[in-house]
Amino acid sequence: MSVDQTDITKVALLARLEIDEADVPQYVDNLSNILALVEQMNEVDTDRVVPMAHPLDAAQRLRPDEVTEVDQRDRFQALAPQVEAGLYLVPKVIE
Amino acid sequence: MEWEVVIGLEIHAQLATRSKIFSGASTAYGAAPNTQACAVDLGLPGVLPVLNREAVRMAVKFGLAIDAQITPRSVFARKNYFYPDLPKGYQISQFELPVVGVGQLEIQVEGKAPRVIGVTRAHLEEDAGKSLHEDFHGSTGIDLNRAGTPLLEIVSEPDLRSAKEAVAYMKKVHSLVQYLEICDGNMQEGSFRCDANVSVRPMGQAALGTRSEIKNLNSFRFVERAINIEVERQIDLIEGGGKVVQETRLYDSDKDETRSMRSKEEAFDYRYFPDPDLLPLEIDEAYIEAVRQSLPELPDARKGRFIAELGLGEYEAGVLTASRELADYFEEAVKVAGDDARRTANWVMGDLLGALNRVGKEIAESPVSAELLGGMLRRINDNTISGKIAKQVFECMWNGEGDADTIIEQKGLKQVTDSGAIEKIIDEIIASNPGQVEQYRAGKEKLFGFFVGQVMKATQGKANPAQVNELLKQKLAG
Repeated sequence: MSVDQTDITKVALLARLEIDEADVPQYVDNLSNILALVEQMNEVDTDRVVPMAHPLDAAQRLRPDEVTEVDQRDRFQALAPQVEAGLYLVPKVIE
Repeated sequence: MEWEVVIGLEIHAQLATRSKIFSGASTAYGAAPNTQACAVDLGLPGVLPVLNREAVRMAVKFGLAIDAQITPRSVFARKNYFYPDLPKGYQISQFELPVVGVGQLEIQVEGKAPRVIGVTRAHLEEDAGKSLHEDFHGSTGIDLNRAGTPLLEIVSEPDLRSAKEAVAYMKKVHSLVQYLEICDGNMQEGSFRCDANVSVRPMGQAALGTRSEIKNLNSFRFVERAINIEVERQIDLIEGGGKVVQETRLYDSDKDETRSMRSKEEAFDYRYFPDPDLLPLEIDEAYIEAVRQSLPELPDARKGRFIAELGLGEYEAGVLTASRELADYFEEAVKVAGDDARRTANWVMGDLLGALNRVGKEIAESPVSAELLGGMLRRINDNTISGKIAKQVFECMWNGEGDADTIIEQKGLKQVTDSGAIEKIIDEIIASNPGQVEQYRAGKEKLFGFFVGQVMKATQGKANPAQVNELLKQKLAG
């Protein structure tokens, strides 16, 4: 399996990455190589191997259901470019 | 052509935890914007989500209640898309290995046979924030208080065949999550909402038609209307030679129509992958067993008990167990009333629910408590008052005039059961209405009602109706 230029443009758009048109052929090669490696790994018989969801062989730790956070809105909003009436402002999104 | 409607629902139930699914921020509704959005909810660099134990327990409870397999090792995944109310650029959800596997629920549409509806899965995920599109000088305002609120997304099989069935299924899930105390079920606040996948196919065809997804339906009425309108639209489209496109649509309740949300089209590629910030969630048998032991009596079991032990009919038992609060109310009233559960059922479903409906109140806000109603019913059962007088007593209790005994005493409503006294009144009425007596005896039997009316009038409705009937029959027979 390999990717073409359209795939690259689409993935870049989905990931909101700005890429240089001139670099696209190189991305096509690099990503195709990675997929070739995956294809090679696909040949290994993994029927009796449990898929690994995480590199650490451990289980999720759970926390008690308690409110431990205090309101720090002012500190967080100091980082935001635009706020009003307690809201973060972003360019208009309309449905 | 005859069409078959195929519907699957994705229900989002907000879990009733105190804190968020991956952070210690509060989930309380109605706080000032962004005062309950902590660094984890905002997706600031360097934060790590830690799973809420209670959210897991609630999901397991639901799974057990629908006879589903609980996944021993489930995995959290990132669902990637960009939207301003999703600060991380992905929603933490579950994809290939949800915590709750295949289960089932039985539904019943009034007048039809019960049907079993498959539940494909239920998974844990975090809610997004809210976008406020009111005018902020051409900008959109973002409130992230809701971001990170735990959701259980319950996905049904495409087993539903009409809008009515979809509503019955949604109501069933709604009642179940409240019985389990895992969701407050408040639809106005968005705690319980659903997306409907709708398609049509020629009757008898096995392959499914192309579906559209109607987003964010937050009332039972809207679910029914949106589905019916969408079905109509799809049939018109196909019969007119067109084709249904797979897309997301919004229901506009003001215009009563669904319309395409084109902007979402491109975002369909979510590129799920396991979230490296979270380890697999392991749930062992002992834990599942402990949760199973903690389950309350569920609606179906309670309905069965109402039928078997209290002698209610199928329909009454269904109505009275539809919500836990109503079922609790009814059982308390029966306990106080002493006997005749059917009479209690009739009063709760008729007079009480009717009165609540007229003023738009829920059972929990009823001015007449279960104890008050039961106390009044006890007085019908022991013949202190008649059913007719009880209506008057009920109204007084509704208006806050005290309990039944006080009202009966104060207003002198006690039933006249002294047959000597009733006989005397009957004799008087017979004596003063010779014409009617003659006609009655000549065969005009419907005049019986006239005599009953006269007796009741003379006793201000307080004579025991059964006694009046019996004595009148004897006397009029001559």
